[in-house]
Amino acid sequence: MSFRPIFDAHLWDDVKASIYAKTAADVEFALRAPKRTLEDFKALISPAAAPYLEQMAQLSHQLTRKRFGNTVQLYVPLYLSNECQNICTYCGFSLDNKIRRRTLSGVEMLQEAAVLKDWGYEHVLLVTGEANQTVGVDYLRKAIQVLRVHFAQISMEVQPLDEPDYELLIAEGLHAVLVYQETYHQQDYKKHHPKGKKSNFYYRLETPDRLGQAGVHKMGLGVLFGLEDWRTDSFFTALHLDYLERTYWQTKYSLSFPRLRPAEGLLQPKVEMTDRELVQLICAYRLLNEEVELSISTRETPTFRDHIVRLGITSVSAGSKTNPGGYIVEPESLEQFEISDERSPQEIAAMLRRQGYEPVWKDWDAALTALSR
Amino acid sequence: MTPQPLCIAGRTFSSRLFTGTGKFSSAELMEEALLASGSELVTVALKRVDVADTQDDILRHLAHPQFNLLPNTSGVRTAREAVFAAQLAREALETNWIKLEIHPDPKYLLPDPVETLRAAEELAKLGFVVLPYIHADPVLCKRLEEVGVAAVMPLGSPIGSNKGLLTKEFLEIIIGQSRVPVVVDAGIGAPSHAAAALEMGADAVLVNTAIAVAGQPVQMAQAFRLAVEAGRMAYEARLAAPVAHAEASSPLTAFLD
Repeated sequence: MSFRPIFDAHLWDDVKASIYAKTAADVEFALRAPKRTLEDFKALISPAAAPYLEQMAQLSHQLTRKRFGNTVQLYVPLYLSNECQNICTYCGFSLDNKIRRRTLSGVEMLQEAAVLKDWGYEHVLLVTGEANQTVGVDYLRKAIQVLRVHFAQISMEVQPLDEPDYELLIAEGLHAVLVYQETYHQQDYKKHHPKGKKSNFYYRLETPDRLGQAGVHKMGLGVLFGLEDWRTDSFFTALHLDYLERTYWQTKYSLSFPRLRPAEGLLQPKVEMTDRELVQLICAYRLLNEEVELSISTRETPTFRDHIVRLGITSVSAGSKTNPGGYIVEPESLEQFEISDERSPQEIAAMLRRQGYEPVWKDWDAALTALSR
Repeated sequence: MTPQPLCIAGRTFSSRLFTGTGKFSSAELMEEALLASGSELVTVALKRVDVADTQDDILRHLAHPQFNLLPNTSGVRTAREAVFAAQLAREALETNWIKLEIHPDPKYLLPDPVETLRAAEELAKLGFVVLPYIHADPVLCKRLEEVGVAAVMPLGSPIGSNKGLLTKEFLEIIIGQSRVPVVVDAGIGAPSHAAAALEMGADAVLVNTAIAVAGQPVQMAQAFRLAVEAGRMAYEARLAAPVAHAEASSPLTAFLD
């Protein structure tokens, strides 16, 4: 059993048409509903909900505070490698992009880690491209072994793996895995991922199932906004989340909202998502699901980020570099995408405190992971 | 609008009112009341019937095509005893459906979650369609789902208490996350309780005492039938909620202008 049959039962064009057919009455109904359904979610992300944005924001703010209190989690990405065998039309690490490839050694990882520790980080997100020869399971395993004594919480955003590989890495101390579908539009997915292991749509679609089977503590979902109609892609994300929560009920979930950013020599967004629309989506997710973590990265601008933390976001990154070695080892190597918010983690923490939020650096303990070993 | 039928383990029910067969003043009255209720699934306590007797008073009055029998394991105190009782019931009543109830405590008849989970796992492996009677415990429901039960039957309040949906908050969580049908069992004392359970999304209710000990059991059975239909219809029509007033506060989205 997996998400596949549920996905196959929902046709993209039908879903899209039904979202765009939602009316103001549907939105008002959804706003009042004590428990919101996926149909309500469609109404809340539809164009008909645009005039209700302030009301959605107020509700989202209240619900988020009720569940998460006055806290915001901080995490930071650690790019380990930009080697990649995939062609992705939007990504700086794409195989056909002629850049110098770099994979950090264990010693270099520790040098980078020292910078992040100085900043106060306890939660690190390991990021790589997909190069199974050099940056395969063995490499990831060693990275976790090297870093787990320095960080309380290790998350990972790398190529999809098989279930036994996830089991192995979880036993080594891996806490969370982020795997974005990029788009649920099957034909467009093929266009954007013409070559490499990533071109297998269903293997990627079923990755959260493999993670759930492997017993991961937390997983992150999302799509890349700019590839396809964001409303339809977001409905599929919500559908996927709904299925996963019912099935792998011991796992925690988070959602991210990456908007396509300029990267060297690559695709410009096919569909633009405005700030207003992104706020609408974040609030709609919160109104649908009061417990899910909502995360925002440094792809977004300082002004946007300063405001969005009050609208439903519960986790932010800060001080991020998106190139391997970017913190100290080799600051000039090529980045995956441009950062918009270049403020330091301390500046972000101060901004959160000014708004009445406590920045949370540590929310897990390596001892808890060791227990399950 | 035609109401959606309920499907459990491949069997379809047009009535979402399940009934018990205990506590009636006579088997004739039981029969009349159950027919009036429209129920298609009726529980039978193995301990109450004489399966060797083809003219058993209870079974004879349940011999209608619309009644599917759901034998229960009432009286057992452990998983081992429950599995034994289920096998006995399967042979005697020619059904692999079993309402699993293990209440070692004879005073309040509260279900033992540990023994129930053990028995459910074993019975599912043996090919039974298992419907366990349990506390309104959302985690236990997920654990039961994982071992292969066909539905879960959380209690609304202590059995026979007629107190209604005292476990409402937990029932809502169970209904919200369940992948198998949720049948609210025990404690439903009035048609309004049954309607409320269906309105909140329960797939069915099981009622016994409230019908059996009513002043007019047949009339009460009809009242439950209507309440269950109304509750389900309301659920499918989607209830309008009371308007929640947002706290007055400074605009959160003005920065977008």
